[in-house]
Amino acid sequence: MTEGPRIGKDEWVARSGENIERHRLLNAADRVPGWARLVLFCLFVAAIPLVTDDGYVNVIVFDTLIFCLLAIGLNVVVGWGGLLDLGYIAFFGIGAYTYAILSSDKFDIHLTSPLVMVICVVFGALIGLLVGLPSWRLSGDYLAIVTLFVYQIFISIVTNGNDLFGVDLTGGVNGIANIDPFDLFGRGIPVSHEGIFNSNYIYLALGVFVVVFAALYLVNHSRIGRAWRALREDELAAELMGMPTDWLKLLAFAFGAAVASLTGGLFASLKVGVFPESFSLTLLITVYAMLILGGVGSQTGAVLGAVAVYVFLEALRDPDVSGWVFYIAIVLALLLVIRPRWMVAGVLAATVVFGFVVHALAGAIDDTWTTTASPEADSVTRFLDAWVVIPTSPGDSRTIAYVGLVALVLLATTVKGVWRWLALVPTLYLAAFVWENVMSEQPDVTRFVLLGAMLVGVMVTRPSGLLGERRVEIV
Amino acid sequence: MDYDKLFQTIVNAATLGSTYALIALGYTIVYGILKLLNFAHGDVFMVGAYVGLGVLTVFGGAIDPSISIWLVLCLMVLAAMAACAVLGVVIERFAYRPLRDAPRIAPLISALGVSFFLSYSVQLLFGANHRTYDTFNMAGGKLYEPALTIGSFSISWLRVIGIVSAVLLMLALWFLVDRTRTGKAMRATSIDRDAAAMMGIDIDRVIMFAFVLSGALAGAAGVLFALRTDLFPTMGFTPGLFAFTAAVIGGIGSIPGAMLGGFLLGTVEALTVTYVTDWIGIPVGLSNLVIFSLLIVFMLVRPQGILGRPDIKKV
Repeated sequence: MTEGPRIGKDEWVARSGENIERHRLLNAADRVPGWARLVLFCLFVAAIPLVTDDGYVNVIVFDTLIFCLLAIGLNVVVGWGGLLDLGYIAFFGIGAYTYAILSSDKFDIHLTSPLVMVICVVFGALIGLLVGLPSWRLSGDYLAIVTLFVYQIFISIVTNGNDLFGVDLTGGVNGIANIDPFDLFGRGIPVSHEGIFNSNYIYLALGVFVVVFAALYLVNHSRIGRAWRALREDELAAELMGMPTDWLKLLAFAFGAAVASLTGGLFASLKVGVFPESFSLTLLITVYAMLILGGVGSQTGAVLGAVAVYVFLEALRDPDVSGWVFYIAIVLALLLVIRPRWMVAGVLAATVVFGFVVHALAGAIDDTWTTTASPEADSVTRFLDAWVVIPTSPGDSRTIAYVGLVALVLLATTVKGVWRWLALVPTLYLAAFVWENVMSEQPDVTRFVLLGAMLVGVMVTRPSGLLGERRVEIV
Repeated sequence: MDYDKLFQTIVNAATLGSTYALIALGYTIVYGILKLLNFAHGDVFMVGAYVGLGVLTVFGGAIDPSISIWLVLCLMVLAAMAACAVLGVVIERFAYRPLRDAPRIAPLISALGVSFFLSYSVQLLFGANHRTYDTFNMAGGKLYEPALTIGSFSISWLRVIGIVSAVLLMLALWFLVDRTRTGKAMRATSIDRDAAAMMGIDIDRVIMFAFVLSGALAGAAGVLFALRTDLFPTMGFTPGLFAFTAAVIGGIGSIPGAMLGGFLLGTVEALTVTYVTDWIGIPVGLSNLVIFSLLIVFMLVRPQGILGRPDIKKV
């Protein structure tokens, strides 16, 4: 149990000097003005297509910007308004479907894209107002569950939308294909140019991002933004101060929905088609993870979280680099958690020794438990094969090892002192075993397992995220 | 009037309802004590179904089990209950306890993370493809033979097992909560946690016990549910959502409320799938649309549920 506050002395205030010292780096970053940070970010993103014309990299940059937009939109509802909205992805989907219906061969409507974008924003905001209405009567968990129902309704309409009272609106499971690319008053921007991804889409997304970011920044620093924060901290107090709390909630929903819907339109303009699976719960939780990691309530945090999480997820998907990402992430996590820092080297060395011993034992007992790399393989692979036990037929040992790893990680977080060092060594080795035998075979699943674990870990150790606004509880 | 169809719908409603009631009880027990919406509960239910599959495989599968198939079924339910009780306690200890005094939104997000972690872990280990207990071949198809025949109507063994074991579990739960000292401590904690702590009740133990009960019920529900459907990593989501709603409709925190809500929701779903979609003239696939719209309206009209007390806020 933590010690409660002492009478006549505010713990948080007493430790403020220490807090300032500890976050010197973050405070230095804080002194850089907001616009300068935004300009730096934009220059960095804009430079990427100039450096490389690799289509894969450029699509990742575009998708990252889409996620940045989604994260700062969600930040309005969750971070500033303090309303848990689990139907957020439905608005993203509504925007994408609006774009797809208004500019594709589906109904043979081809409106110019800026107009469609305006329609997306207005339509999304209207639906957002409608979905926000229950917040007048419900709060907290109840509101979360109602918004989740809204998401379910959206999904069932979209998946069964090929026969809505005899009208084929959304194409059902097959979605809507052959969507027009972004069209600027009659001049279309083709998605790819001579087989190479058209980097103009990055500039387009960047432009939208800058406009939305600046607009939300201004809103946050206006009366409305201050009122939202008051609402989040204490609804009753805000109401007593004369704030129209009902309207503020609706406004937060509408802003979030409008941003998500606009992002959906942008997303649909690049992708060839929209399908119900593109708007899964996985996407919702990914966006939440981005916001949480960056820090709820901070726009810069949301952007940083989106970039970090998306790049991490994409890197794990690439079989060439995923192993590196995994092992480097482990070492970084150790560096963050372990004090004193030099112990990290000790733990790693002990793990290496432990691994060779286990490998030798396993090889001596049964030689089908280990594999030997071919001499042509690179040195890293040869080291791993001589160190990690890789059975030729893992069978049930995969499940046992996985459950054991989870148990060991949880154990290592509870024990203290010398026991923790002792627990870490087999934990790390088992992590390597699980990675080589289970995880590396299915990177697409692994990345979401790690994301879920990270979400819990961040929540438990640092609920305010990297740059989140700290709440001061006054007792 | 097609009486056969009506009868089938009623039986369907009872089977669905008993599963929903079991899961809903898990939500309501935890909510009553911690005021926490345990989003990961649906995934604990899913893990229970997979534990049942594991036990079935260990004993040689549905067609040729090494011991009596009825014994295997009992073991499946018991093993799933035990494993899910442990899982519930572990989740509470590591994902919820550190956040007990944090803002309300924090444990909710942590629960989302746990839910994500569980369903993708199962997918990692057992794949995303659908599996079954192969109940068609259990004991030579005995489970699908009628157990009870009234006139021209009959109920299969499968449904009888599902309904009877759910009712037995609910009776056991009622006994635990209403007639034992631990149950008394639980009720006291759910009324006022601080006052209960001052009376010498070990709050941590009560909360742990709540997760044991909620996990065990979810595990049993998982096996009973999977007797009738497929197993896949995201199978917990929809029943979990429905069951949570059942708990809310009955009045969250109220144990009879969760049972009532479960059966009510089972009835609504069975009726919607067979009749209502037909009346409105929409495809059966859209039955979720009707159900969720009804639920939203209900929650707006009576958020405290049928048996719940309104939440009066004092300043």
